[in-house]
Amino acid sequence: MIDFSFTILIPLLPLLLFFVLGLTSGKMKPVLSGYIGTLGMFATAAMSYFVAFQYFFNRPAGAEAFEKIVPFNTVWLNLTDKLHIDLGVLLDPISVMMLVVITTVSLMVHLYSMGYMKGETGYSRFYAFLSLFSFSMLGLVLAPNIFQMYICWELVGVSSYLLISFYYEKPAAVSAGKKAFIVTRFADLGFLIGILILSYISGTFDFVSMTDPQGALITQGTPLTFMGLSALTWALALIFVGGAGKSAMFPLHIWLPDAMEGPTPVSALIHAATMVVAGVYLVARLFPLYYFGAPDVLTIVAYTGGFTSLFAAIIACVQTDIKRVLAFSTMSQIGYMMLALGVSGYGENHGLGFTASMFHLFTHAMFKALLFLGAGAIIHAVHTNNMNEMGGLRKYLPITHITFLIACLTISGIPPFSGFFSKDEILAAAFENNKILFFVEWAVAGITAFYMFRLYFNVFWGKNTNYKHTPHESPLTMTLPLMILAFASMVSELIPFSKLVTSDGLVLHIQTEWIIVIPSVLVGATGIVLAWLFYKKESAIPDKLVTTFATTYKWSFNKFYMDELYLFITKKIIFKRISQPIAWFDRNVVDASMNGIAWVTNKMSDSIKGLQSGQLQKYGYVFISGVIILAFTFVYVWFK
Amino acid sequence: MRLESFLLMRHEILLTVALLIILIAELSTENKKKISNLSVILFLGVTVIGFLPVPEGLLFGEMYRTSHLIVLMKNILNIGTLILFFQSAEWIKQTEYKNKVSEFYMLILSTLIGMNFMISSGHFIMFYIGLELATIPIAALAAYDRLKNISAEAGIKLILSSALSTGIMLYGISMLYGTVGSLYFSDMAGANLNTPLQTLAFIFFFAGMGFKISLVPFHLWTADVYEGAPINVSSYLSVISKGAAVFTLTIILYTVFYSIMPMWKNLLYVVAILTMTVGNLFALRQQNLKRFLAFSSVAQAGFILLGIIDGSGLGMASVVYFVLIYIFTNLGAFGVVSAISVASGKEHIDDYNGLYKTNPKLSLLLMLALFSLAGIPPVAGFFGKFFLFTAAAHSGYFWLVFIAVINATISLYYYLLVVKAMFINKNENPIAYFKSAFTTKVGLLLCVFGIFAIGLLSPVYEFIRMFSNIL
Repeated sequence: MIDFSFTILIPLLPLLLFFVLGLTSGKMKPVLSGYIGTLGMFATAAMSYFVAFQYFFNRPAGAEAFEKIVPFNTVWLNLTDKLHIDLGVLLDPISVMMLVVITTVSLMVHLYSMGYMKGETGYSRFYAFLSLFSFSMLGLVLAPNIFQMYICWELVGVSSYLLISFYYEKPAAVSAGKKAFIVTRFADLGFLIGILILSYISGTFDFVSMTDPQGALITQGTPLTFMGLSALTWALALIFVGGAGKSAMFPLHIWLPDAMEGPTPVSALIHAATMVVAGVYLVARLFPLYYFGAPDVLTIVAYTGGFTSLFAAIIACVQTDIKRVLAFSTMSQIGYMMLALGVSGYGENHGLGFTASMFHLFTHAMFKALLFLGAGAIIHAVHTNNMNEMGGLRKYLPITHITFLIACLTISGIPPFSGFFSKDEILAAAFENNKILFFVEWAVAGITAFYMFRLYFNVFWGKNTNYKHTPHESPLTMTLPLMILAFASMVSELIPFSKLVTSDGLVLHIQTEWIIVIPSVLVGATGIVLAWLFYKKESAIPDKLVTTFATTYKWSFNKFYMDELYLFITKKIIFKRISQPIAWFDRNVVDASMNGIAWVTNKMSDSIKGLQSGQLQKYGYVFISGVIILAFTFVYVWFK
Repeated sequence: MRLESFLLMRHEILLTVALLIILIAELSTENKKKISNLSVILFLGVTVIGFLPVPEGLLFGEMYRTSHLIVLMKNILNIGTLILFFQSAEWIKQTEYKNKVSEFYMLILSTLIGMNFMISSGHFIMFYIGLELATIPIAALAAYDRLKNISAEAGIKLILSSALSTGIMLYGISMLYGTVGSLYFSDMAGANLNTPLQTLAFIFFFAGMGFKISLVPFHLWTADVYEGAPINVSSYLSVISKGAAVFTLTIILYTVFYSIMPMWKNLLYVVAILTMTVGNLFALRQQNLKRFLAFSSVAQAGFILLGIIDGSGLGMASVVYFVLIYIFTNLGAFGVVSAISVASGKEHIDDYNGLYKTNPKLSLLLMLALFSLAGIPPVAGFFGKFFLFTAAAHSGYFWLVFIAVINATISLYYYLLVVKAMFINKNENPIAYFKSAFTTKVGLLLCVFGIFAIGLLSPVYEFIRMFSNIL
């Protein structure tokens, strides 16, 4: 085993890039900052691959389980003798896997943006923010303790905010940025309280000791209870709220569709492949705690994931903005991952869900980044997001077309692409544990295939729209990432996940269950065929369906009025009924009493100003009286 | 006694050598610039050598003692003085009166020698000599601008008040000698000092130290002297002189007066509340920045007592840590005020209106320093106050911490008044843009570094904590 302490450079390099690019922004030629950012990211990715190779494949002979290694750790703040906040690096299968995912997608996005963002104002600023995001995300996955994770978690939120509202002159982008920040921040409140409870009952922030199945926290639990549930259950449930916020789980998902206002490469990096899976990563990180300490919460995780995946898939069927379709599809796929964690067992051969979830996280990152970058190429070519204004693009954008098709086949679970394998494992895990959720997910697989191919046929086939400018294929900086990601989507099933990334670090033995494989392929194929029938050529069927199911369509098109519900709750109930009285109280009681205190302070200050007269004899007088009064008081009180 | 044992007093010897070299140089040249540069370079050397490791030990039959903690304290004072030298190099060259530059450096160095002896003393006579050596030259420094009435007034006020306070202190020490029969710290620590007479004596002693630290009600000289003295001298008084006195007081309280700890804890309780509150109430209404900073430093002294009151290694560490931060912070604030005063002669808060427009860097630095004084995270002042409050809470003084927090809030108000003047208030004729000299820049940048780094680098506190168990 080699010395891994250099891994601290993996997050630090992007941080350095952020400072360099941020400080020179406006002084350096924009193109140059793109090169610097991309090269830096390339170095980071190279280091990550090296770490992954060394960690997974260069192990000492005879090593059984994958160890958790902390190659770098430094105490930052000592709160008590036991409780301290550290900064460091933790390497274990999931963090190493995440390193590969993040740096790969980030590198692709850096490369792609060199073409996509060319000539935009704030090009260097864009790269600076990308570096900041990469730093935060890498710091998050490498965190050896929950407090560092929280710090990076918030940094991720900030950089996401900065990138969503990158076009800060566009009101929609600004409000989308605010919305994303506020909603996730609201969820993070739960996370923070959860951390406080957890650290209170466990006396540590450290992941390794916290999640040790033989550790005190899991074996002994905690005697504290609140409202009939143990404190551990509360803590983990609240932490999951934070995770659900970042991962856009129902009902905290409302920020994700709006976040599509950001530049498309950002959507690919943050809102498809990396940041939104932070919630999944969080649950996976604490998985032993969830499994042994709070199985009830794990059930909630499973149902939240299942419901979200269905809910988002239905909405995705009727959206017309291609980025929003992809956004809802992201929610739906993350729902899959959450569900897989929720139904998973721990250790031996029960950990299929865990492995499946991480596997799907990996493949999803590749194909979803590909879809978004492809969508970016399409938008770049036709200057619209609305799929009704597109059609027949396969002639104009051949590379984008092929790669996009590969991505669609992957997400629809068609063999032999990687999505088929990862989704199949999730379905198998669900089948073992919860038949209801299995059928939901099975149906969602069909719906997914349908809406993805609705998108595909609408954009690349169908009616031939007359474009003002003839669309043309994007430059190589943009198509190269597409091809690389397409390749990754096709072959990433070759990575032996069941041997590498498992709940307890030991090898997981799985066999193919034909009873699940065949129906899941069938349902995917059915979805594709339906989409082919409806959308390959212009046909009257979709419109007929819309009129038949008018109400359902309307509800689904309006995302089941979740935004309106939130507005109603915040504006009508919270602002009007709660905030206004509080504001009155604040103005007339709190502020008034503060003003009163200030007035008294000023008066007091006024009344003792005579003390400072400038006359030395008076100073002497005060000095001596002070000594005498103090002396006599103390001698009297002390020896009474 | 072997010759190597003199190495124990390396700091004092080095300072004396430096002082003598400056004296000789003074005889050979009249060039202000040369002497000033020579002094700064010499002192830089002294500061660096001070960091070389040195053994702990006793000298002169226990009259002089040194430990890692004491060496650390001396090094902290050296760093502060070095920054001050950088900041005052420009001022000293400009001063219109034909004063000898060497006077400034020699007087400062001799007070520094006095402070070092004061901290290292193991005997009350030794302590007293150190104290006098640390005080009298400062009075001369306060009157450095001797053709200005206000400066001369500051000097005479300082020397007279100081005579009064040392008189009372000596009186207290003599009573202690009368009752214990020895002036050695170790003998005092061994004796039980719990009689009414000894309590009286202790309070007399405390009044003398309270004078040096400007605790209420022994603080009245502070504002007048700070206002009258040249800014760099005020800066030295408020930072180094006060820091040395705080170190000495803490060491003496923790060792010599260990037997009456409950008594002095109560005394500190009362004095801390008085000092914080009165300092703040006066600071609220000051218009002159030097007076403003004077009262702010009185209030800060009150906060320091919160650390001392703990009476254990934790309290010691928090005090040393706070003084270290306070040196960088207050030197930053005084440094900006001094730079502006040298360039434009203006010292009023109203003059600073609109300063950000013309001198953005200085304004930002002053803002940082004021934030640090007010204790706003993430600058160092926050961590300093945090550990002081932790120390007081550690001993169960929750009400005291509560009062301190209220006082910190009040202080925020007046610190922000200055920030508001610089950044928000409009001004037709703000102070014009000027370029600072290189040495001034170095001095100010060191402060910026300290204000950020000391708070965020946890090893600094851990390092201090490691040495601070002296009981």
